[in-house]
Amino acid sequence: MTHSISLTVNGARRDVVLDDPRVTLLDLLRERLHLTGTKKGCDRGQCGACTILVDGKRINSCLALAISHDGADILTIEGIARGDQLHPVQAAFIAHDGFQCGFCTPGQIMSAIGMMQEAQAGNDPERIRECMSGNLCRCGAYAGIVDAVLEAQAGADESNQRRSA
Amino acid sequence: MKQFEYVRPATVAEAVAAAAQPGAAYLAAGTNLLDLMKCNVSRPDRLVDVTHLDGLDRTERLADGSLRIGALVSNADLAHDAEFAKTFPAVAEALLSGASAQLRNAATVGGNLLQRTRCAYFYDTASRCNKREAASGCDARDGVNRSHAVLGWSESCIATHPSDFCVPLVALDAVVEIEGKNGRREVALEALHRLPGDTPEHESVLEPGDLIVALRLPAAARGLAAHARYLKVRERTSYAFAIVSAAAALRIENDKIAEARLALGGVAAKPWRARAAEDVLKGLAPTADAFQEAASRALTDAMPSGDNAYKIELARRIVVRALSLAAAGTPARIPALPASPFASISGAIHA
Repeated sequence: MTHSISLTVNGARRDVVLDDPRVTLLDLLRERLHLTGTKKGCDRGQCGACTILVDGKRINSCLALAISHDGADILTIEGIARGDQLHPVQAAFIAHDGFQCGFCTPGQIMSAIGMMQEAQAGNDPERIRECMSGNLCRCGAYAGIVDAVLEAQAGADESNQRRSA
Repeated sequence: MKQFEYVRPATVAEAVAAAAQPGAAYLAAGTNLLDLMKCNVSRPDRLVDVTHLDGLDRTERLADGSLRIGALVSNADLAHDAEFAKTFPAVAEALLSGASAQLRNAATVGGNLLQRTRCAYFYDTASRCNKREAASGCDARDGVNRSHAVLGWSESCIATHPSDFCVPLVALDAVVEIEGKNGRREVALEALHRLPGDTPEHESVLEPGDLIVALRLPAAARGLAAHARYLKVRERTSYAFAIVSAAAALRIENDKIAEARLALGGVAAKPWRARAAEDVLKGLAPTADAFQEAASRALTDAMPSGDNAYKIELARRIVVRALSLAAAGTPARIPALPASPFASISGAIHA
């Protein structure tokens, strides 16, 4: 039995026919839509490499069945830059060496974007570490990641102030 | 993962009918279930997806002062609800001490209650496990079992219930609303999970088709907000299950404990309410001696199930610390590292 679902992925509508209900959002993105920026690390919700935003919230795409997310609005690492202009979190990761091998980086960046929208960490490094604990980095680039997120958060705070001024 | 039939019911009644069939399982966020299915520990023939059902994602205050939380409210939405965190601070702190931000965004209230043990032998299909396969044996009993149960365990099973959320909930007399084949009924959360006995494969009192539709916190739980804490010891300070945890809540009047609530996590197959400890505290001044006595009562029946005798002393100390922190007063903000005994109190922004 096949199931048709419709998703918005990085702003574009994608209609997908699923011939198997077992497909996760992660596998759908990578294998069907060929958006391989989202990484499969543990495939068990333990490492965070597969983090994407679904309806504005960060989740582990490896633990989400695609068929259950019919109608969802999905944002992946491929959808955050504007042309050649990097997203501020991407730029901050480069500026602060927030990675070494880069495998966890798409998940780290999507998680950081989700975290900033949640507005639970502010500019407290201890809170940032806590709120980013769902993203593991085997290279141990955590110090750079925290610095990158702090800078991106400061930039977001500044632009919010400009907007409200 | 085994092949399954996917069903998306339009109503609760349709869901109950679809899930009452043998081999059916409910799917909410799936943060635990999909993992178990990938490991072949759970092998449902049919998944009944309840995530699109209307009306289960709302929180409402009822006329009697109780708070009704829909089963599909996410762990994150509940914990970050400022009014909720103020009224039930230990519950919010417990939620924020569990899993990761990504998992809390997805995981639901109902799913959290029914999550399965993280016993490694339960997850490993090459091991014997009475919970996974009835009467097959228990490799945890003589295995690596330093994190296993010290209360309520049996020779058949020494697994623990992993939820943080359930620990303050059981202390606050939470009630579970269930829709089943014979209509709506209610079960105290304390009575939802079963101790293993000879049948560890039966983990709860739920029958086939039963759907948790809501969780209710009674009005009386509001009176404990001023002195409530959740404390959790784990092997790393974030994103780890409890080795031992405790929820403590006190109502203090005229410098005496008018009412005490205490529950332990990570020690048994269910969230463990420690009523003997609560009783001994009533009428006493909130002193270290009183809390030591309560801790001793809470662990009177504790027995190591393997290489885990340390958990009994650890649990006593966590009880004393949780009660002491509760007596000192609920902090204005949830600590930066929720429920951590190592946390500074600089504070999350929301509470």
